[in-house]
Amino acid sequence: MTGAARTDRLDEPEPTFAGTPPFPEAARAALANDQLRTNLGRATATIRTKRAAVVAERADWESLRLAGAAIKDEVLRDLPALLEQLEQAVTQAGGIVHWARDAAEANAIVAGIVRDHDATEVVKVKSMATQEIELNEALRQEGIEVWETDLAEMIVQLGHDLPSHILVPAIHRNRTEIRDIFRDEMWRVGRPAPDGLSDDPPELAEAARLHLREKFLRARVAVSGANFAVAQTGTVVVLESEGNGRMCLTLPEVLITVMGIEKLVPTWRDLEVFLQLLPRSSTAERMNPYTSIWTGVTPGDGPGEFHLILLDNGRTDVLSDTTGRQALRCIRCSACLNVCPVYERTGGQAYGSVYPGPIGAILTPQLRGIAKHPVDKQTASLPYASSLCGACFDVCPVRIDIPEVLVHLRGQVVRQSEATHRLPTAEAVGMRAAAWTLRTPRRLGLAERAAGLGGRLFGRRGRLRRIPGPGPIGAWFRARDLKAPARESFRAWWRRTDGGRGEN
Amino acid sequence: MRIALFITCYNDMLFPEVGRAMVRLFRRLGHEVDFPAEQTCCGQMHFNSGYKDACIPLVRRFVAAFDGYDVVVTPSGSCASMIRRYHPLVAGLAAERGEDADLPNRVAAVSPRVLELSEFLVDTLGVTDVGARFPHTVAFHPTCHATRLLGVGDRPTRLLAAVEGLTLVDLPRSEACCGFGGTFAVKNADTSVAMGQDKADDVIGTGAEVLTAGDTSCLMHIGGLLSRRRSPVRVVHLAEILAATGNDA
Repeated sequence: MTGAARTDRLDEPEPTFAGTPPFPEAARAALANDQLRTNLGRATATIRTKRAAVVAERADWESLRLAGAAIKDEVLRDLPALLEQLEQAVTQAGGIVHWARDAAEANAIVAGIVRDHDATEVVKVKSMATQEIELNEALRQEGIEVWETDLAEMIVQLGHDLPSHILVPAIHRNRTEIRDIFRDEMWRVGRPAPDGLSDDPPELAEAARLHLREKFLRARVAVSGANFAVAQTGTVVVLESEGNGRMCLTLPEVLITVMGIEKLVPTWRDLEVFLQLLPRSSTAERMNPYTSIWTGVTPGDGPGEFHLILLDNGRTDVLSDTTGRQALRCIRCSACLNVCPVYERTGGQAYGSVYPGPIGAILTPQLRGIAKHPVDKQTASLPYASSLCGACFDVCPVRIDIPEVLVHLRGQVVRQSEATHRLPTAEAVGMRAAAWTLRTPRRLGLAERAAGLGGRLFGRRGRLRRIPGPGPIGAWFRARDLKAPARESFRAWWRRTDGGRGEN
Repeated sequence: MRIALFITCYNDMLFPEVGRAMVRLFRRLGHEVDFPAEQTCCGQMHFNSGYKDACIPLVRRFVAAFDGYDVVVTPSGSCASMIRRYHPLVAGLAAERGEDADLPNRVAAVSPRVLELSEFLVDTLGVTDVGARFPHTVAFHPTCHATRLLGVGDRPTRLLAAVEGLTLVDLPRSEACCGFGGTFAVKNADTSVAMGQDKADDVIGTGAEVLTAGDTSCLMHIGGLLSRRRSPVRVVHLAEILAATGNDA
């Protein structure tokens, strides 16, 4: 049965984010999904409260944040030397280091290693880098089956779904939906869900355990990402909650780790800072349950062969942007998602990327090369997917000023639009007209008089209601009224009454 | 002390009563305020929408209009944060391009003196009881830029708590953004409205007669939703409450 089921699965295309419409449109569809909004609202509110409580326990939280930002800035400044130091240390400890310029190179390296060992399947630890390069899809095209072993990641994979959160990729699913996915899908790819499975969380966890255990014991190759790597000693670090990652990292014969080049820390002393920042920011725990730390290979203990793939995939381009590069400090904690009022309502899939939420809105466009060349409409819409409320910056453990980078990227979108369109967009015309009007008080005063007259013509009892129309006007009035512009502006009143002194 | 009022472009056009309330309030507290007629706009809409170039002339005009004042007070936490935090950045851009090498110096002299209303009252004038009377139940929405960029903290609520006859009610999830966000309100209208409806629900749930805040932009958005829902809750700027003496409200 396993063989037949496997063939079935390899024929099915893996879902991807390709084809996601621009953010406003994707958000509209997500907002219409009441179940999604309920699941997300509940989940983000819970984690927000828990995070605030564990962060408040630390009187030195701000110092830790500053230290985290400073260490990451040092890494970004000294990246080439640190990467060479890491390569040397890993090699000395018996590991093999590969350099991958982009997704295609990284995927080809992984596939090559798996083929060299005549393996037809791999087990995976939860990893953002491998999702970024769409490794699963690439391996399956080579006839290699991929098993996600992180519980939430497995739910997404079994459900032929896309992730919607960095830490909790199935945050958009409730337990009844999860039970249905287990019942309908597990049997197709391995050990079936127990008969009469309920949606009780311990029962669901047990079903996942039994299903995964078979794969852990059988797989000969594992693929992981990395939370950190210590350049000094060539040590790689993975933090997780379930222990499924630990299974992948210790049981198979061969371990392949794909790591973004910015994941480095210089020394063990630097690591200490992040082991405090990350769990409190991500799962709202003082310490995460499993921290796996390994250096190269140790004969007779764990995988006998270790490959470390250092992935660029646009990161050095991001590094060259002095404002945008702070996004590379990110340690993928997802605190910014949980506090974001936009994410809370639209969910992660609307961002059309494995990196959703505020960090995704600044990371995805940069990794896709927004600074270098015009990008597609979906990518160009991401920097606008924010009200600039600043809640993300407040909670970021490495102090990424996300609103600052969003505004910076909006500037890049505008410049590219100017460079590629022969005629200026309606927005650009409007902005130019507004800038012209605001350049002198006389022009502004005339505009105010015209607006006051318009308000008198179209307003009813001092309000403008339901004005139809395309563009920003229609968008405002679909759900909102507006107070009609005043008959007399403040400036006109001041002049007429000498600042109120001329009034009775 | 020479005090200037920066009314902001949208208050000038849409909410002149907010400026008139400030003038009345300051006069009652014994301070005359100037309105430099050369002022227009802080440039926030252009800055936040990616049109940084268009801000340069607006920043130059701003420093020219307000140069020489000890304090510039404004009824907007959002515009105050634009000026204090981002005018230096725009000035740096102008200098870098060789358009105006001296602009960073002029901005450094003016922008730190720009204060949001509650900062001016509590820190500069040292008052929390401004002698106002406003016999209504009021909910206060702490706007994002005043809270997170300026750090005004509890200054507005201390001012409100001292108003005679005023009952201040707790607004649940008050720190959550209302969803206005400048051009976000129209570029991502559906998300903006979804955020605003949740805020409107929370406001209505308090049973307050009046919703107040230090920014009319956010109030315009929440008030627009409340009005469309035919809610009797009125939106009123903080300055109007602090200027009220009970006869005028």
